[in-house]
Amino acid sequence: MAIFHQVLRRPVSFVLPMMGLMGGFVGVFFGPTFGSALVGLTLVSTVSVFLAYLIISTQYLSQKVIRLILPVPLAILGLIFLGPISGFFGALYGWFFGWFFYWIYEGGYRAKLHPYLTAGQVLWHYSFRVICGLIFTFLITPILVVMPLSFNAQDFFTFTPEMLRLDPVGYSLKHYQDFFNNGDWQRSFWNSLIIAPFATIISVSLGTLAAIGLSQSHVPAKRAIMAILISPMIVPLIISAMGMFFFYSTMGNFMENTLGLDKNLVGYVKVILAHAVLGIPFVIITVTATLVGFDKSLTRAAANMGAGPVKTFFKVQMPLIMPGVISGGLFAFITSFDEVVVVMFIGSASQKTLPWQMFIGLREQISPTILAVATILVGISVLLLMTLELLRRRSERLRGLSPA
Amino acid sequence: MKYKNTVFATAALSLFAGLALAEEMTIVSWGGAYSKSQLKAYHEPYTANTGVTIINDESAGTAVPKLRAMKEAGNLTWDVVDVEAGPAMQLCDEGLAMEIDHDFMLADAPDGTLASVDFGDFIVSECFIPQIVYSYTVGYRNDMVGSTPPTSICAIFDTETYPGKRSLKKGALSNMEWALLCDGVAKADIYPTLETAAGQDQALAKLDTIKDDVIWWSAGADTPQLLADGEVVMGSTFNGRLFALIEEQNQPVSMLWDGQIYDLDGWIIPTGLSPERQARALHYVRFATDTQRLADQSRWISYGPTRASSALLVDKHAELGIDMAPHMPTDPANSKNTFLMNYAFWADYKDDIESKFQAWLAQ
Repeated sequence: MAIFHQVLRRPVSFVLPMMGLMGGFVGVFFGPTFGSALVGLTLVSTVSVFLAYLIISTQYLSQKVIRLILPVPLAILGLIFLGPISGFFGALYGWFFGWFFYWIYEGGYRAKLHPYLTAGQVLWHYSFRVICGLIFTFLITPILVVMPLSFNAQDFFTFTPEMLRLDPVGYSLKHYQDFFNNGDWQRSFWNSLIIAPFATIISVSLGTLAAIGLSQSHVPAKRAIMAILISPMIVPLIISAMGMFFFYSTMGNFMENTLGLDKNLVGYVKVILAHAVLGIPFVIITVTATLVGFDKSLTRAAANMGAGPVKTFFKVQMPLIMPGVISGGLFAFITSFDEVVVVMFIGSASQKTLPWQMFIGLREQISPTILAVATILVGISVLLLMTLELLRRRSERLRGLSPA
Repeated sequence: MKYKNTVFATAALSLFAGLALAEEMTIVSWGGAYSKSQLKAYHEPYTANTGVTIINDESAGTAVPKLRAMKEAGNLTWDVVDVEAGPAMQLCDEGLAMEIDHDFMLADAPDGTLASVDFGDFIVSECFIPQIVYSYTVGYRNDMVGSTPPTSICAIFDTETYPGKRSLKKGALSNMEWALLCDGVAKADIYPTLETAAGQDQALAKLDTIKDDVIWWSAGADTPQLLADGEVVMGSTFNGRLFALIEEQNQPVSMLWDGQIYDLDGWIIPTGLSPERQARALHYVRFATDTQRLADQSRWISYGPTRASSALLVDKHAELGIDMAPHMPTDPANSKNTFLMNYAFWADYKDDIESKFQAWLAQ
């Protein structure tokens, strides 16, 4: 379609208001730089309309040249009136303005759409994308904003003037150093790495078994059992934590005094069991969902050929429900890795996990080490999810299931 | 496959075994720069001497309710707890902290002075082992107070001369005293006035005049962060936090020592420890509160040691190399106008006044 698209210049009466709208939109976002959103709105939209009018009325330069030159005056304007960062954003806006102007002016916005769409439909097509983009920004900004802050040279959650000037003096790796050198952080990091995998293994094995059992047609009171198993997910955490505190204290005392186990070992066992309980519902739900698509005649076929139930499970059923098991396990892992309420009740300080340490750090000392840790964790999570996704695609490709 | 499983199982077991072998004790404290000073002055030398690993639990802020819950569940995980004088009295009254024979259980001063004499009046309860003197003070932004930096504590109520937000503790302690002081009540009459309902209302009425200008803090780190951000023109916090902000972080902030309220912080040992854990806790406390150790702590944070014999040993900051004496709340230049918190008063009236204060806050 794009090939047949003709460059049809849009009338000024359409282009100028559009540019004004776009400028106003940008102006509101960067309003604080100008003093207030209203000032930003009027200022940027006026400048945009004026620039657009200038380009349309003086047809000397080609599109390429104009788009190359545009960032320069805007950068200078920003630089003079507002400072270096604004200069950078001015240049960015100049680049975007050039693109947007020709996209509107030469009708680029219709190039990739069906030619028979009405103006309203075209408008909705793009508004929809803008709305999606805004929602995405809304979700991701809180995560992204902590990343530059974690390189702060000072011990505060503040963008210092040095940082805003992009001065290297304002940045340092000391909070990352602190994380790797500080005994408290290291201990809690390793505690998390010990507790989460064990809790995951327990909740995956128990949760998968429960889901398979509940998928059998002859089990009575299925719904009631399911509701009980899932309840840790529904009951407010603080209430389960309170109950668990007293339950596991008694259990821990029994293990320490009667069985003579070590205090520390008992501490870990308690936290791991509690986290496993919290993780089980996630495994049950995901595995149950995959079991819906599982063909029961396969197990009968396996039995027919002489395989026992255990062998059938590991050789036939397990590989097919693996995606559900893995994603359930992932949820269980994250639940344990993120959990702060239950561990604060049940664990002693020797079982201090990463979220616990972060919580304390926030309450007692607002240190950007927390942000450094957060950044590292986000990095690890992204890597983990990417690996899983790649593995999933690979196995789908190998099995010839890939849709593409 | 079998082989792999065996390796995993062995690894897991040895991990647990390794964790189980080291002898550990859990010490509860406040976190931040304060825990660091204890780590450097007490924990590290203690571990070096005895091989006992010390685990720092920064839950001192919730020490009283947590100790109650632990006692109820019969699951005591703490060995030594760092608390303020008031909560120490409370824990002592409830039987949650063990009574200490200071002369017998704590070290003498180097010249042979008995511990009870060396600590003197700072032993405010038979369960309390004094550690430091700190104070509630106010810090202000140099660049936000104009050409007349505040010299009186009543600047927090003077929104005309010093417009802008101020951060105050989200609690009755310190605010009630300052409110009455700045409402014209004589220093000696403050606690007697606070005993009456009319006096409490008077303090709240004074606080009412700045209620819209206050950001209430609940953690000691809040005020330094707010001051560093320039979100508040002045704010109250513990003097050590302001020292770190000014001297270590080089923020444009100054101390207002006027009207500082002294409070004490120290150790208690929970009741109900097994005999060997209790012996170890006592051994630790004896080590950590001797003359040299208390003086060492003041090399890391600007809190005054509670032993008279340690005060003479206060030296330079361990990292910055500056003299610590002028930064101590007890330094003569800083203590021209101070008052000592009345622990006994707060132990009796805290629940009442605190709930009244919180109700006022919610209005």
